Amino acid sequence: MKKEMITIDGNEAAARVAHRINEVIAIYPITPSSPMGEWADQYSAQGQTNIWGSIPMVVEMQAEGGAAGAVHGALQAGAFTTTFTASQGLLLMIPNMYKIAGELTTTVFHIAARSVAGQALSIFGDHSDVMAARNTGFGLLASNSIQEVTDFALISSAATLEARVPFLHFFDGFRTSHEINKSEALGDDILRAMMSDELLHAHRARGLTPDKPVIRGTAQNPDVFFQARESANPYYLAAPGIVQKAMDKFAELTGRQYHLFDYVGAPDAERVIVMMGSGAETAAATVEHLAAQGEKVGLLKVRLYRPFDMSAFISALPVTVKSIAALDRTKEPGSTGEPLYLDLVSSISESFAEGTAPFAIPPRVIGGRYGLSSKEFTPGMAKAVLDELAKPKPKNHFTIGIHDDVTHTSLEWDAAFDIEPDDIVRAVFYGLGADGTVGANKNSIKIIGEDTDNYAQAYFVYDSKKSGAVTVSHLRFGPNPIEAPYLIESASFVACHQFTFLERMDVLTQAKEGAIFLLNSPYSEDEVWSKLPKSTQQTIIKKKLRFYVVDGYQVASETKMGRRINTIMQTCFFALSGVLPTDEAIAAIKNAIKKTYSKRGEAVVAQNYAAVDAALAHLHQVKVPAAATSSFERPALIPDFAPEFIKNVTGRIIGREGDLLPVSALPVDGTYPTGTTKWEKRNVTTEIPAWNSDICIQCGKCVFVCPHAVIREKIYDSALLADAPATFKSTEARFKEFKEMSYTLQVAPEDCTGCRLCVEVCPVKDKSQPKFKAINMVPQLPLRQTEKENWDFFLGLPQVDRTSIPLNQVKYSQLLEPLFEFSGACAGCGETPYLKLMSQLFGDRAIIANATGCSSIFGGNLPTTPWSQNADGRGPAWSNSLFEDNAEFGFGMRVALDQREEAATNLLRELREQVGHQLTDAILYAEQVDETEIQAQRGRVGELKMRLQEALREGASENPALSAKMNNLLSMADILVTKSVWIVGGDGWAYDIGYGGLDHVLASGRNVNVLVMDTEVYSNTGGQMSKATPRAAVAKFAAAGKPMPKKDLGMLAMSYGNIYVARIAFGANDAQTIKAFMEAEAYDGPSLIVAYAHCIAHGYDLQYGLDQQKGAVETGYWPLYRYNPDRESQGLNPFQLDSRAPKRPLEEYIYREGRYNMLTKSHPERAAKLLKLAKADTAKRWEIHAKLAENKNGN
Amino acid sequence: MDLSTTYLGLQLKNPLVPSSSPLMRNRDDIRRLEDAGAAAIVLHSLFEEQITHETQTLDKYLTHGVESFSEALSYFPEAEEYAIGPDAYLEHIQWAKRNIDIPVIASLNGVSTGGWIRYAKEMQSAGADALELNVYYLPTDPTLSGAEVEQIYLDILKDVKSSVTIPVAMKLNPYFSAMANMAKRLSDAGADGLVLFNRFYQPDLDPETLEVVPNLALSTSDELRLPLRWIAILYGRVQADLALTTGVHNVEDILKGLMAGAKITMLASELLKNGTGRVADLLADLETWLIDHEYESVVQMRGSLSQINCAEPAAFERANYTRILNSFVPNGS
Repeated sequence: MKKEMITIDGNEAAARVAHRINEVIAIYPITPSSPMGEWADQYSAQGQTNIWGSIPMVVEMQAEGGAAGAVHGALQAGAFTTTFTASQGLLLMIPNMYKIAGELTTTVFHIAARSVAGQALSIFGDHSDVMAARNTGFGLLASNSIQEVTDFALISSAATLEARVPFLHFFDGFRTSHEINKSEALGDDILRAMMSDELLHAHRARGLTPDKPVIRGTAQNPDVFFQARESANPYYLAAPGIVQKAMDKFAELTGRQYHLFDYVGAPDAERVIVMMGSGAETAAATVEHLAAQGEKVGLLKVRLYRPFDMSAFISALPVTVKSIAALDRTKEPGSTGEPLYLDLVSSISESFAEGTAPFAIPPRVIGGRYGLSSKEFTPGMAKAVLDELAKPKPKNHFTIGIHDDVTHTSLEWDAAFDIEPDDIVRAVFYGLGADGTVGANKNSIKIIGEDTDNYAQAYFVYDSKKSGAVTVSHLRFGPNPIEAPYLIESASFVACHQFTFLERMDVLTQAKEGAIFLLNSPYSEDEVWSKLPKSTQQTIIKKKLRFYVVDGYQVASETKMGRRINTIMQTCFFALSGVLPTDEAIAAIKNAIKKTYSKRGEAVVAQNYAAVDAALAHLHQVKVPAAATSSFERPALIPDFAPEFIKNVTGRIIGREGDLLPVSALPVDGTYPTGTTKWEKRNVTTEIPAWNSDICIQCGKCVFVCPHAVIREKIYDSALLADAPATFKSTEARFKEFKEMSYTLQVAPEDCTGCRLCVEVCPVKDKSQPKFKAINMVPQLPLRQTEKENWDFFLGLPQVDRTSIPLNQVKYSQLLEPLFEFSGACAGCGETPYLKLMSQLFGDRAIIANATGCSSIFGGNLPTTPWSQNADGRGPAWSNSLFEDNAEFGFGMRVALDQREEAATNLLRELREQVGHQLTDAILYAEQVDETEIQAQRGRVGELKMRLQEALREGASENPALSAKMNNLLSMADILVTKSVWIVGGDGWAYDIGYGGLDHVLASGRNVNVLVMDTEVYSNTGGQMSKATPRAAVAKFAAAGKPMPKKDLGMLAMSYGNIYVARIAFGANDAQTIKAFMEAEAYDGPSLIVAYAHCIAHGYDLQYGLDQQKGAVETGYWPLYRYNPDRESQGLNPFQLDSRAPKRPLEEYIYREGRYNMLTKSHPERAAKLLKLAKADTAKRWEIHAKLAENKNGN
Repeated sequence: MDLSTTYLGLQLKNPLVPSSSPLMRNRDDIRRLEDAGAAAIVLHSLFEEQITHETQTLDKYLTHGVESFSEALSYFPEAEEYAIGPDAYLEHIQWAKRNIDIPVIASLNGVSTGGWIRYAKEMQSAGADALELNVYYLPTDPTLSGAEVEQIYLDILKDVKSSVTIPVAMKLNPYFSAMANMAKRLSDAGADGLVLFNRFYQPDLDPETLEVVPNLALSTSDELRLPLRWIAILYGRVQADLALTTGVHNVEDILKGLMAGAKITMLASELLKNGTGRVADLLADLETWLIDHEYESVVQMRGSLSQINCAEPAAFERANYTRILNSFVPNGS
């Protein structure tokens, strides 16, 4: 039978097998494992069956804990069940895993192994999660490559059926889960041969049934629990043998033989690395390379890590081994070593103790850590470990891959050590997320892998910003299987798909001598040279690069491809790389286009075809001069006047040199300065807004809606204009409080993302040419320098005194300084305007608990973060705990503040004599509701601190008890100025995983402010359904439209009666939004704001986000209201409905969004049915809200 | 009473044909129209431009924001297939042919030559009894001459006629500088019918918001006179069958259309406004009128008030204009 070769990534490989050999799949999305669940859901949605002929049921739960519970239940009911997860998700499953294993239940969890959050969250790969689960009783089987993911997904499943020991089948997050590689698929025949029907029936028979009732999950007492725990020992003892048996059977079927431990290298090796995961492939290739040169080195790959078979391990090592390095991709602080190291030490020790050791001399064992959070593990690093083993006193507990200048654990390595054979073509592509580079490269690698005899590998490095995201694609192909799970350092082809990258980064670092350099350039082959920075010219000359240009955007424009240059650049790549004859390559590209796009309609296929056909005519080689001629260089990323930390740490991360930072450069506890985005000038847009001061009415709406706080306004003394740059715009302020002062609306040209929301919201039109507003998009480049100078001047102008303006009006509120700026959120983000507003109103006294999700990523992902400070050094203090606990996290903050405030108040009372009666009373009985009162209290507390310090200086220290009290009060006096606790996050947190905690915190009565930015879907992980997802919308896990209605979080909270609740949508009613924020903050109790947030996951151009918010409100879908329990004491109805009765049909709003509209294309009849139900939901919701509002007197 | 007529070679039981309108998207409405006595139906138009737009929009939805951020490489599940392109329309024709007995005329608005030909062929294959080419084309390009525009119409007709065997009608707008000549050339080029006239939606202007606003107003009987005049002029002068559309709301309008020379009179606004049941009312009114006025059939009256048959041929021409001006007496004089 012919082998079926497929070019897929690790997640797809796992899902393709798991879906065919399970009956139930219960999941919860978490990076990087989410695609496994999505694939499985897609297969089931398409009606694909498992090998027993039924369609597996795929269910999305509210949390990983819930998914594990559902898995446990499904297993107990006899269904063969699986799940996919990673990191914190796996940790949430641990309680159930103990139960599942304790009950000897057959199942396999497939894990894309990922770092567990410690000093910071990381979505990237290491073994921290699976190692944290190694004591649950689950077996652990490690896959090192895409092929092994396919194979071990099956082997583990076959083994668990027989062994009754459940397994974690794991592989490296991103490096394996997201690497695309050519591998052999497994046909159903092989799956059937491996999966015993008899054992499946036995599993089923163990399921609970009232027809043969048993009880399981009892509570046991000291008399029997221990013995019962030991009763399963025979199963664990037998499990390794069963796994090996499955591996042997698999080998008979496929020819691929695996063992519990697989040795690679010199048979007489003296130095051996022991490890598991993708790094083992790098180590294997390195060992083979060195062994071929006569070095006595080897590698032992650990396949089955739990149950750990000591004798199989000992016998897999060469008897000649003298020193062994155990490499762990995890860190266990405080331990005597990492897990694998400890297992090795005890295995070897026991073998000597029992006299079974075959070794000539007791081998020395050292342990080391590598690859945390997808840190590169290269051949040079593997060699460094082997070299260390050769030393008489090798370093133990070492690290490799970093520079540890603090505890000096790290080994040095040779970064230039290269073992890759010449027959592997290596290509690197720099692109933008929006230009389609990654998608095109995924197609290219499939073409090479599946249309040629070549083997092919692709790996993609993404940005931590969501707007203007840079992508770097690493493609390898060649005649032999490619086992190089590390980034390309030496490329024969480098493509730069964005000309502007040349001024931001060195895209030629990986180019090897004689490589091809393809540049998407608006300049022709004759003009381009003079437009390159000098160092780029020098590199091209020095490395003798063959330099080509294509004007991709010109071709895209001519062929109506917009900003997508993917197929154009792809065609040029094939033409230049020569992997296929050009004609064949073009045919293959077109075939791929057809496969990808034909179901979306012929016009798209035709457009892409046209782009392919036009591309090569625009591809030209540049004649490279003998000398560099440019007079300009890449500008410095960070200015000289930046703080040291920004220059030395942040700046280097921005400059893609984070890997080179030593341990000492980084904070020990994850604490970083705020307000750092202002140092990262990303210039991601080609167009920015320009202000027309003549017609502007100074309403502040553009400032309000700007998601990135790049539009600001100030009112200032006109005399200050004396020093203004020549092009600085100013006009007379149109505010009654600021007569004869000047007003400026200024844009930060280098921070704007070009979303256009400001233009959309501007209410003013030019009377002669209404297509122009008071703010209009214009090309950025010609304005960049002058506007940069204007922006810098603008920043130097004073802020308006906060006490001099009414904060609750849009026009005035936007004079307040935003303390949330330039985040990495998507261009046009619907969440950030809320956060920015909150920062303007309360930022100088806010503490923020942020749930994991979009807002924690754009709010807290290095290198730079958006929460900032005012001129006094005050600003929001921010932290992220977890996804599931955010309400509790913020609640804890509140309790701490309350406790401290009470303690400080008591101390102040006790120190009344020393502080002075008047000041004490003024502080104790101060009203702190409005800005004037808060600032006054701040002044009083400042005075208090001064008096305390003075008293301490003047001899209070002679009385130790008094002195202690004074010091104590001094350390917490600031708490006497009111603080504002904000608990913020998305709907995934508030409606699903964190709902239990949120409910508890709301019910606590504590003064916390909860802001739920409701995008109605899990945005950060790619659009999975949440309980906030509305009926009739398409989402992942609701491919046929969500059949159930959206949960009404506001109503649930309102039912308590003592919670302030508001539903808002800033695009529909900004005044109501501000009112809600002000009231929620002022309410002395729990407040909940449910805020409509338009989102990229809704499937439309976000420049229309405000229109859609209006649509949501005007169709009655999103009624605006405020429920203020304080009104009851005034005899008023606490519920105020702030929007009018629906005046447009629901479809006018929803069908402008892809999430709804696509259902009319994929399931037209169901779409009609769900629309009817959704309209009924909307009508009913409106009716309920209208009813609530009817009661005018609160009775 | 013999209400029967022929149109595009199709034998029709009466001269009332609901024209292309959104009603035709709804299968229940189609059934109701047949039950009410409609002689045939013209389905809503398949717009090639709309298919292209839908395709591009769907592609945009599915590609927007993808492959940019490591945690969210896509935002939507990929469906196995999408009902996009002409399939849904073709299936609609097939459904109509299976479920109603009156002739089904498909309506097409193309953009590209390939599109006109391909979709016309597919409509024929799906079972359409005839085609109406809805050449909804507004020549806004100032460099495009009238002759060139006319040629576009002729080319479309020729392309489609050479691709299908079922009858083809051309739905025209009234803005040709030589309407009669254009009608003749189309007829000579093989048009089996001419449908007079298409209504271009006229956008409105909002002085408050400084916006151009779409304006979709239903027709009134007042608008009847433009097609009425041209049908009266063309009757007997062109080979093609004439159909009157726009402004048909009551029995008088129908009678006028038939007397001017139309083989059928088409209804849309009236049905949208007052329901599909109006067909039955109008047929009853027509029959009553014919009986009251002692007609034997509708054929008997066809073209009776056309230019060639009426007592005052000049009434349709310029002389009519001057006479009306002369007859106008200002208030108070």
